[in-house]
Amino acid sequence: MSVHTLSVDGQPLAVPDGDNLLAAIRRAGINLPGLCHLEGLTPVAACRLCLVEIEGCPRLQPACITRAAEGMVVRTDSEQLRGFRRMAVELFFAEGNHVCAFCVANGSCELQDAAAAVGMDHSRFPYRYPQRRVDASHPLFALDHHHCILCSRCVRVCDEIEGAHVWDVAQRGEHCRIVAGLDQPWGEVEACTSCGKCVDVCPTGALFRREDCTAEKRPHGERIAPLRLAREQHRWPEP
Amino acid sequence: MKAPAPASAAAAPTDAGLLRCCDASGCRAAGSGALLAALEAARCPASGAAAIRRVGCLRLCGRGPLVALDGPAGSRRLYGGVPAALAPALIAAASAARPAASGPDPLAAHRLDPDHPFFRLQRPVVLEGCGRVDPEAIEQALAHGSYAQWRRCLLELSPEAVRDEVRRSGLRGRGGAGYPTGLKWDTVALQPPGPRYVVCNADEGDPGAFMDRCVLEGDPHRLIEGMAIAAHAVGAERGYIYVRAEYPLAISRLRRALRQAGQRGLLGQALLGTDRELRISVRVGAGAYVCGEETALLASIEGGRGTPRPRPPYPAQSGLWGAPTLINNVETLAAIPAILREGGDWYAAMGTASSRGTKVFALSGAVRHTGVVEVPMGTSLRTIVETMGGGVPDGAALKAVQTGGPSGGCIPVELLDTPVDYEVLRALGSSMGSGGMVVIDAAMAMPELARHFIRFSVQESCGKCLPCRAGTVQLEQLLDRFVERRAGPEDLEQLEQLCRMVAATSLCGLGQSAPQPVLSTLRHFQHEYLAACGAPAGEGRP
Repeated sequence: MSVHTLSVDGQPLAVPDGDNLLAAIRRAGINLPGLCHLEGLTPVAACRLCLVEIEGCPRLQPACITRAAEGMVVRTDSEQLRGFRRMAVELFFAEGNHVCAFCVANGSCELQDAAAAVGMDHSRFPYRYPQRRVDASHPLFALDHHHCILCSRCVRVCDEIEGAHVWDVAQRGEHCRIVAGLDQPWGEVEACTSCGKCVDVCPTGALFRREDCTAEKRPHGERIAPLRLAREQHRWPEP
Repeated sequence: MKAPAPASAAAAPTDAGLLRCCDASGCRAAGSGALLAALEAARCPASGAAAIRRVGCLRLCGRGPLVALDGPAGSRRLYGGVPAALAPALIAAASAARPAASGPDPLAAHRLDPDHPFFRLQRPVVLEGCGRVDPEAIEQALAHGSYAQWRRCLLELSPEAVRDEVRRSGLRGRGGAGYPTGLKWDTVALQPPGPRYVVCNADEGDPGAFMDRCVLEGDPHRLIEGMAIAAHAVGAERGYIYVRAEYPLAISRLRRALRQAGQRGLLGQALLGTDRELRISVRVGAGAYVCGEETALLASIEGGRGTPRPRPPYPAQSGLWGAPTLINNVETLAAIPAILREGGDWYAAMGTASSRGTKVFALSGAVRHTGVVEVPMGTSLRTIVETMGGGVPDGAALKAVQTGGPSGGCIPVELLDTPVDYEVLRALGSSMGSGGMVVIDAAMAMPELARHFIRFSVQESCGKCLPCRAGTVQLEQLLDRFVERRAGPEDLEQLEQLCRMVAATSLCGLGQSAPQPVLSTLRHFQHEYLAACGAPAGEGRP
């Protein structure tokens, strides 16, 4: 396997061929936020938090879908990027109804972590307070649309890993929402195997186990990459 | 090179006494259906020499229904706003070729001047058959030279020779981005061997843009021929035309044209006795503006949700079902037959150094003559809006010209001598766009115009990426404050910051260009935003 040498924030980095930039950056110990990408799932570059500056590239590039290449000079931190990232996190908070104090994911929420990482103490954009619904029709899990940030991890994990394709996105623009089956109550969707992977990968408190109360949700996004590795390369994690 | 057949040429003698009635969407809305029925009814008893032909766009859409009368000896008359009741008078005029001596000519009030600059300054290339041929009759298209270049491609021209001609023409994508067409064709053609596709983007959706509809409804065979040539040039055997569902007439005429071309052996298998094949089919969109973005369009053709994906890989490398795919806009492909017929150098001789050839614009808004104009690139906005369009009606003041729809911006009246050219328009903060040109008069407040376009982007955002989904919503809210004159200086700063953020961080071209109408009006009409902030007059103006 060939290895590329690149520079991230002035730091030289050796990266195996085929790796995406986000993985390389995070391995270097840089806390680059990203809410839609999860190792093991097909990247979609939708949240725009992992945008970086690459020398010679006129536009910002999402690290999650950019392959590391020889000699690349990458900046993850600049005044421009800090400004954009903070605005993006504020937009996430303003478009949903995120109240950490009584959220199941309080303390283990990637949106909350991103807010801390970009230094957001309040949103400069007015909150939209959208009217959304809660689907608690499934015997084990529930979906609170108020906390959904449309990262589509649930859609992808159910389609790509579980193979059930229970989830999809309906409507468009600010009216987008995750739907189960043919826009049915989740509990009525026969394709659902109740595997819980969508709950494991959800970065916020949108998908959760019904028994979870405030701050009790424990996501397991790290379970997906080994599953894909095992399936595609027959490599199993050490016990 | 074969002789050109410019549309401006005098009608052939065989067309003597021919009434060409516009039967495209614009004139249909103005009542051309009733007029055509009345003409058919009026013709029956008298018979005579008058022939009636349903044609596509006769350009001056604002005065529909339009009828052109080709008299003997090349005389041409044009009538606009003709009520069905005047059908007998039209038939009489066409049959007698001279007005009846008794009494005043009832058609006099409807006579239009075919030598008005609106018509005279046009340079029909893409539209050379539009308004002349019956779009539902392939015989007429063939008589006007359609498919002659396609035959040449099948029997004589190598794909390399075709691409060379297109490269020499300097043609750039007419969908808005202006990517060099020859380069795109080369990129697809030079991909590793395997299946490839050619796709026509007919999802024309910019507010104020109806040029492509004009081609689709008026001369569909020209588009099909251009697409066939493109397929030949890149080695594709399968093509799709992606049309928006809001164009039902275009869809039915395209389907009929494809059927007719198939029956004539111009599409299908064993083309003209060669071992070549080409199948083209129509795919109908379902009402999403974003499906005009190429990667969303491909997803939609494949049957998926119409959302864009990041590029690279570009469709030229990996498009439909992972195969190299050429995507061109309607106007781009419709320019190809003329380029092959006359040669790339002929096309490149028109226009400016960086923008060659002609461009079709849909002229609308606060302008006297609205409709479709095809002019050489480099024509000034003043020529188009004032000389051809007749300026703002009722003597009101012209304020700006909006080009490029929701991805474009406003050119203020002080810069009206700006030539239409990709780079020049971009440098002024607007864009060529697909060809919508909306004239704005003094009554329009710019923050309100900007909000109009942002609202469009809010409604048409697919919702996949955050900046476009949530950022445009906040932009609309901010603009509300300016329209309602309750903004503060901090709102102006936030507006600019958010515009920059949405433009720099959105996933696809729709989001990246969504703030353009705000940024361009901020640049050229900043005083209107400042006035809405309650800032003292004059502050912030250079």
